[in-house]
Amino acid sequence: MTQAIAPPMTEAPPTRITRATLAKDLRLEWRSKDAINSMLFFALLVVVIFSFSFDPTAEESRRIAGGLVWVAFLFAAVVALNQTWARELRNQVLDAYRVSPAPANSLFLAKVLGNFIFVAVLEALMTPLFIVFYNLRAIGPAYQLLVVAGLGTWALVVNGTFFAAISLRTRSREIMLPLLLFPISIPALLAMVEATTSILTGEFSAKFWIVLLVAYDVVFTMASLFLFELVLHAE
Amino acid sequence: MPSNTAEASLANPIISVTNLVKQFGRFAALRGVTADFGVGRLYAILGDNGAGKTTLLRSLAGLSAPTRGTVSILGTTNLRDVCSALGYMAHPSLLYDELSGMENLRYFARLYGINNDERCRQVIRSVNLDPLLERPVGQYSQGMRQRMSLARALLNDPKILLLDEPFSNVDLRSAREMTGLLARLRDQRKTIFVVTHQASLLEGFADEYVWMEAGKIASRTREFSVGAGK
Amino acid sequence: MKRAFPILAILTAGLLSYALYQALVVAPTDRLQGDVYRIIYYHVPSAWTMFTFFAINFVASIVYLIRRNLKADAVAVAAAEVGVVFNTVVLVTGPLWARPVWGIWWTWDIRLTSTLVLWLIYVSYLLLRRFSAGAQMPLLAAALAVFGALDMPLVYFSIWFFRTQHPQPVVGGGGSIDPKMLQVWMLNWLAFECFGLLVFWSRYRLEVVRREVEETQALESLLEVGNSR
Repeated sequence: MTQAIAPPMTEAPPTRITRATLAKDLRLEWRSKDAINSMLFFALLVVVIFSFSFDPTAEESRRIAGGLVWVAFLFAAVVALNQTWARELRNQVLDAYRVSPAPANSLFLAKVLGNFIFVAVLEALMTPLFIVFYNLRAIGPAYQLLVVAGLGTWALVVNGTFFAAISLRTRSREIMLPLLLFPISIPALLAMVEATTSILTGEFSAKFWIVLLVAYDVVFTMASLFLFELVLHAE
Repeated sequence: MPSNTAEASLANPIISVTNLVKQFGRFAALRGVTADFGVGRLYAILGDNGAGKTTLLRSLAGLSAPTRGTVSILGTTNLRDVCSALGYMAHPSLLYDELSGMENLRYFARLYGINNDERCRQVIRSVNLDPLLERPVGQYSQGMRQRMSLARALLNDPKILLLDEPFSNVDLRSAREMTGLLARLRDQRKTIFVVTHQASLLEGFADEYVWMEAGKIASRTREFSVGAGK
Repeated sequence: MKRAFPILAILTAGLLSYALYQALVVAPTDRLQGDVYRIIYYHVPSAWTMFTFFAINFVASIVYLIRRNLKADAVAVAAAEVGVVFNTVVLVTGPLWARPVWGIWWTWDIRLTSTLVLWLIYVSYLLLRRFSAGAQMPLLAAALAVFGALDMPLVYFSIWFFRTQHPQPVVGGGGSIDPKMLQVWMLNWLAFECFGLLVFWSRYRLEVVRREVEETQALESLLEVGNSR
C-alpha cells in the first residue's frame, strides 16, 4: 500500500545537481570500463602512429611537438566527446532529465566536467609517451604547460559537449561533432599549439596565447550556458 | 457515435488540450486534439500504431513542443513550471542499466530536490521490488524493469502520471500488480494516463477509454468494448 | 515587390558588364604587377560582399533565436549560401593572384586565413542544416551561427599574433591607391552586391515557398476526411 506521504522536496540547488550528475557519470564510467579501456588504447595508438610518421631530431622535435601533441589530444578528445550523451540516449534516460525540474545548465556543466576529467586522463597518459618518443624537454617555464593544457582542454571540451548535444539531433552523429567542432576551435588550437611550442622552445613568451585561451574559454562557456537549454529541449 | 460517451464538460479540468497539432516535417502526428481531463481519473489511451498516442503523451509531458495549439496543465501553458507535478514513464526504461535500482532512484530523486533515501526505498517497495537488490537494472526482467521505471516516475509524488506502454512485454503478474497500484494512486486523487495496446488489462480499472485514430481523438467511452473506436 | 526583381536583374546585368569592362579595360595597369593585378577587382569586392551576407546571416539568426520567426530562418540560410559562394571566390582568387605576383600560393596572411576559417565555419553551418531534420533545425543552425560570429574576433586576433611571431610575406600589401582604381573597385563592389542581392532574393523566395509547400501538405493531411469526433 503506498503511503500517502509527500516526499520531502526542496528546491534543488543547481550545483548539487551538477555534482550528483558528475558523480553518477563517473560511477557509470568506472562500472562499465569498456569505454575507458578502448579510449586509453586509442590514445596510445595515436601517439605511436604519430611517432612513426614524424621522426625528428631532438632539436626539430621541440618545434613541432606542440602541434603534434595537440592534434593527438584533439583526436582523442573527439572520441571521448562522441560518447558524451551515449548513455543518456540508451533507454531514453535524457527524457527523464528533461521532464524533471532540474536546470539544463547543471546537466551541461556536469557533462563538461566529466569530459574534462576524461580527456585530462587521456592527456596524462599520452604526454609521457610523447616525452619519451620525442625526447622532449621544456626550455621555457614548464609549469605554464599545465596552465595551457588546462585552458586548452576546457576549450575543446566545452564546445565539444555543446556540439555533441547539437549532433544528437542530426543524422551521421559521429561525423557531425568534429565537423562542427574543428572550425570553431581553430583560434583555440592555434593558441594551444603556439603556447606549447613557445614554452618548449623557450623562444617566445606564451602570455598572449594564454590570455587568448582565457578569453576563448570565457566567451564560449558563457555562450554554451546561454544556449544549451534551447538545444536540450529542442524537439 | 458510441452510446456511452463520457461527460462532455468538466468543471475544473486539470489538463486542457486545445487544438493540439504536432507536425514532424510533412507528417502530422497530431491533427487537432481538443480535450479536457479531470482530476483523479485513470484514462486509458488506446488506438492503432501511428494514431498519435505517444505524441500526445509526450506533448503532455512537455517533451514535445506543439506545432500549433496549446496544452494547459494545472492552469498554465508553460509546462516547465509544473514539471515537478508530473511523472513520466515510457517503454524504454529511462534508467541506467549499469546502476542498481536504489542508485538509479537516488540520482533521479536528486533532480527533484529529494535528498533522503527513505523516499526511494518507500517508492521501490510500493512497486513490490526489493530496495536492497544490488543487481544492476540492466539485468532485471522486463517486468521488474517496468516496475522500477514506474517507481522512478513516482519519486516526486506527481499529481499527474503519464505512462506510455507500461505493460509492454511484462509478465501478467507484474502487469496486474501495476494496474492495482495505479488504481490505488487514482483513488488518492492522482490523474493517470496510460497508453497501451493491452486495453484488457485496464478493464474494470480505467475511468475512461480514449480512442485515438490518425492523430485525433475518435471517441471517449466509459466502458471498454473492442471496436468502440472504429 | 514583384516588379522590383526584374528591374534589379537588369540593373545588375548592366552594372556587372560595365564593371567588368572598367576592370579589364579602363582601369590603369599597375606599375609593379602588370595586368595580373586586375584580379583584385574580383578578390576584394567579393570579400566585402561576403562580409555583408554573413552579417545578414548573423542578424537573422539572432532574430530567429528571439522570435522563432521562420522568415528570419529563410533569410539566414539564403544569406549563408550566398556568403559561402563569395567566400569561395575570395579563397580561389587569392592564391591565383599570389602565385604569379609573389611566387607562392599561400601564406598565412591574416585576411586570407581568416577568410578560410570563415568558410569552414559556414560550410559546417550549411552541413548542419542539411543533416538535421525537423522543426529544431533552424534553432540549432542559429545557435551555430552565433557561435561562429563570436569566434571571428578570436580568429582574427589569434592569426594576427601568430603573424607577429612568425613574420611572413604579406599578400596584397598596402600602399596608396590610384583614385581611378578605387573607383573601379567600388563599382565592382556595387555590382557584386547587386548580384548577391539578386541571388539572395531568389533563394529566400525559394525557401519561403518550400516551407509553404510543406505547410500545405501537412495541412492537407490534417484535413483528411475520415475522422469524426
